[in-house]
Amino acid sequence: MGEVGRSVPRIDAEGKVTGRTAYVDDLDFAGSLHGAVARSPRPHVRLPDVPRRIALEVPGVVAVLTAADIPGRNRVPVVFDDAPALAAEGDACRFAGEGFALVAATSRKAALAAAHRLEEWLRTHGKALPALLDPRAAMGPDAARVNPNLAVAEAEALGRRNVLSYHRVRKGDVEAGFRDSDVVVEGEYRTSWQEHAYIEPQGMIAVPDADGGVTVHGSMQCPFYIQKALHSVLGQPMARCRVVQAATGGGFGGKEDAPSFPAVHAALLARATLRPVRLVLSREDDIVSMTKRHPGIIRIRYGAKRDGTLVACAVDYVLNAGAWSTLSPVVLWRGTMHATGPYRIPHVKVDAFAVATHTVPNGAYRGFGQPQVQFANESLVDELAERLGMDPMELRRKNALRLGDPTPTGHVLKESVGFSDVLYAAARESDWLRRKNAASPRVYDEPSRGPSGRIPRGERLYGIGCSALHYGVGLGAAGKRIDRAGAFLQVDADGSVQIAVGTTEMGQGHNTVLAQIAAEELGTATERVTVLPIDTSRVPDSGPTVASRSTVMSGGAVRDAARKVRAAIHEGIGRRWNLPAEALGVETGWVFAKTDPARRVSFEEAVLWAAEDRAHLAAQGFFLAPDSTWDAKTGLGDAYYVYSWSANVAEVAVDVRTGEVEVLRFVSVHDIGRAVNPQQAEGQIQGGVVQGIGYALYEDLVAKDGVFERPNFSGFIIPTALDVPPITPIIVEHPYAAGPFGAKGLGEPPLIGAAPAIANAIRDAVGVRLREIPMTPERVLRAIEERRAAAAPAPRPAGTAA
Amino acid sequence: MKRPARRPARPKRRAAAPSVPAEIEAASRSGPTFRRFAPVEVSLSLNGRTVSARVDPSRTLLDFLRCDCGLTGTKEGCGKGECGACTVLMDGKPVNACLVMAVQAEGAEIVTIEGLADRWCEHRGADAGRLHPIQRGFIEGGGTQCGICTPGFLLAAVALLERTPDPTEAEIAKAFEGNLCRCTGYRKIFESVRRAVEIAKAVR
Repeated sequence: MGEVGRSVPRIDAEGKVTGRTAYVDDLDFAGSLHGAVARSPRPHVRLPDVPRRIALEVPGVVAVLTAADIPGRNRVPVVFDDAPALAAEGDACRFAGEGFALVAATSRKAALAAAHRLEEWLRTHGKALPALLDPRAAMGPDAARVNPNLAVAEAEALGRRNVLSYHRVRKGDVEAGFRDSDVVVEGEYRTSWQEHAYIEPQGMIAVPDADGGVTVHGSMQCPFYIQKALHSVLGQPMARCRVVQAATGGGFGGKEDAPSFPAVHAALLARATLRPVRLVLSREDDIVSMTKRHPGIIRIRYGAKRDGTLVACAVDYVLNAGAWSTLSPVVLWRGTMHATGPYRIPHVKVDAFAVATHTVPNGAYRGFGQPQVQFANESLVDELAERLGMDPMELRRKNALRLGDPTPTGHVLKESVGFSDVLYAAARESDWLRRKNAASPRVYDEPSRGPSGRIPRGERLYGIGCSALHYGVGLGAAGKRIDRAGAFLQVDADGSVQIAVGTTEMGQGHNTVLAQIAAEELGTATERVTVLPIDTSRVPDSGPTVASRSTVMSGGAVRDAARKVRAAIHEGIGRRWNLPAEALGVETGWVFAKTDPARRVSFEEAVLWAAEDRAHLAAQGFFLAPDSTWDAKTGLGDAYYVYSWSANVAEVAVDVRTGEVEVLRFVSVHDIGRAVNPQQAEGQIQGGVVQGIGYALYEDLVAKDGVFERPNFSGFIIPTALDVPPITPIIVEHPYAAGPFGAKGLGEPPLIGAAPAIANAIRDAVGVRLREIPMTPERVLRAIEERRAAAAPAPRPAGTAA
Repeated sequence: MKRPARRPARPKRRAAAPSVPAEIEAASRSGPTFRRFAPVEVSLSLNGRTVSARVDPSRTLLDFLRCDCGLTGTKEGCGKGECGACTVLMDGKPVNACLVMAVQAEGAEIVTIEGLADRWCEHRGADAGRLHPIQRGFIEGGGTQCGICTPGFLLAAVALLERTPDPTEAEIAKAFEGNLCRCTGYRKIFESVRRAVEIAKAVR
């Protein structure tokens, strides 16, 4: 057996279990100062000239900077170029948490105290301005302009104001389609912020160098984004802006573009003081100021024939972008491309808007615009099934995309469509038919997993629900301009291997998977491969570590480099054995003659032969994403080069007295082309499902007047060890030819389908349809009580209080 | 106050001096803003060795371990006892080091992630291996992804296994109720603990 497809233990596991792995706050640079950021306490406030003196007077403070001190441009470029690195004096802060001054001090305590003094000054001295917090209000005809640097013209945005990005799909004729339908269902759905809650807060250390440049070490997913931001803000050539990733304690998209802000803040302080500056955010600052999943409002409508054939779908999708656009245009785009679900639908109309408000800029989070809209469409598909009297799994199966079908954007699928296998596996593993059709109501009297240990009697009802989705792997047509990746590979004299890539490990198993791919290609063991720290000085811009793209993109680049070095090694063997290089095969640890496998040499000895020949045992690799196309006017095209396919089944017990929902079991099935490391793939599925369960039931970031009320883990509840059900991850493999050894992408799909599956299960259990998440006990209980009241209204005697 | 190495750049625009609220003005005139406490002697057993130091009484055990002792294996995830990333053993019990003051560790036996392998060897003899079974369990069981929560989970697991060598899943989950993980979904953490139990049994 080769290396790919084997559950090789993670190559970085030993460092992590011994505590030796160095995250940014574990690094130490001699002479470091501590940095802090003074942040606006209000969502919209005029910023007068900052009285630096009150910060400088704190003992230990060495420097205080504002936007006026920025040597380059006061802009952190992401997709567009509208976000300032710091709010500018004479202008305003546009979200609670926006940075307006930087402090460097000899101790963390002093830096934070000084920043706090400036925040108190702004709280008492900054004129509060009207804040637009609700995207619907911001889109209205008289709404003031939130973002001074960017706006889609009203005429283009269907008359709506404060739109930072607009996308559409127009296929067929939806009005005709709805007229043609036997049944039409519609609904409005709402989702809220989701905080990534990576256990390691954001942090950067900037080290100034002798010639005006800087090296930044830190917690990140996208070193090249940071390099671009440093170049913009410092005004230094990119070659002098070096970025090195430290071990990163979780990202999930929250460390895609957001780290550029602490990076440029630390770099500005480092350049001003000519000392290394450490800027590690507190948990509260991180939650308040860093990007989140966009809150969404989705209005959606499906039309179908009596037999369940989908005819038309119309979607109006609004995302609350926050004050600056950052990644909103591409989050919106992915949502637009997937808005109607993984089904054959001849008539499609989607209008999607990213709307500016005076709230924290939102950005990437695992799923990237799909979880919001798929909560809506997969819930509505179930409502349609009910109206039709059809089983919801059967309705999905009937309309499921197959090889040769066009997607909702007209993309005819030519390979790697494992959707029906995925649906079948989900139904079979969850015993769907039997459980769905068991007599109702189904009382569930097993004890709850929670710590109370209470044994309920007749208070909990069982339900089962499903969801399905497709996921376009990679950046898609919207991101194809940056969809390339580089790699470097070197075989050392003892046969050990070094590889460098431009995408990053953040826990998903990236380094291990790439080591396996390199090992498989060369014919050595994964344990012999070392992945170097990710460093912008080692490989060219390889794009971001997002969109479940790294296995395909960096895997492709690593294979490219490995093939070149393998050719150099095999050339020497071929000469010695008088065989062409094509006649040689590899397996783990060996090179052999294909027609006579007993004739073989160990990889290490082959490397010695190559060294004797002074062969060049190092190479660069490069991989371009396969093509994709998209027309912005019609919204049609081959939007992604390949899709992954997923189906989920959730079983729940709903406590009808308290509204609490316990997930009893979760089955999550994914066609990922090829599992390079099955154990790590299972871990990704389970981890994504649990984040999805949190999104569905617990995670509620509450803001009052534009300020988050409890920006910490007791205010934002994420699932604990006591909350997780048994999760059955199932991998289906319909290989993708251009992916490394057939692999597609997996990081995001497991989160996307959890919330609608749970909402559908709750409906099955207690007959209520929740259209807003999180489905907290209060919301579930209110829905249960409303249903009870509607079902049996008692006439009130005159004079009784309401 | 130390003279800064380089003066901060002057603002590009000249503006009128900003007015500052009176109370901040007064405080800044009255001198240093921090009251310095007299350092306190503290002596404790740290990973099997006696350590003595003088610490500010406001120093947390977490900062003492990470910054004063150079033991960065214990992590800070929230600074207020909500995530468990800073879990260490204090006299055999799991505690959040961010909520323990360094002076409270006087006379206590503290074990951090750096001390786990030695702790196991003490219990089992010198040739029991370089890694504690819980560490091997997490490697083989896939219980670590980004790894930032891992030290906290390992210490909590050791506290459990030293009391209950063969725990049920419910006991494992309960032992971890104070440790948050965002990557794994916890399932492989449970499997890793069971793997550790098997490894420990095999060593007997």
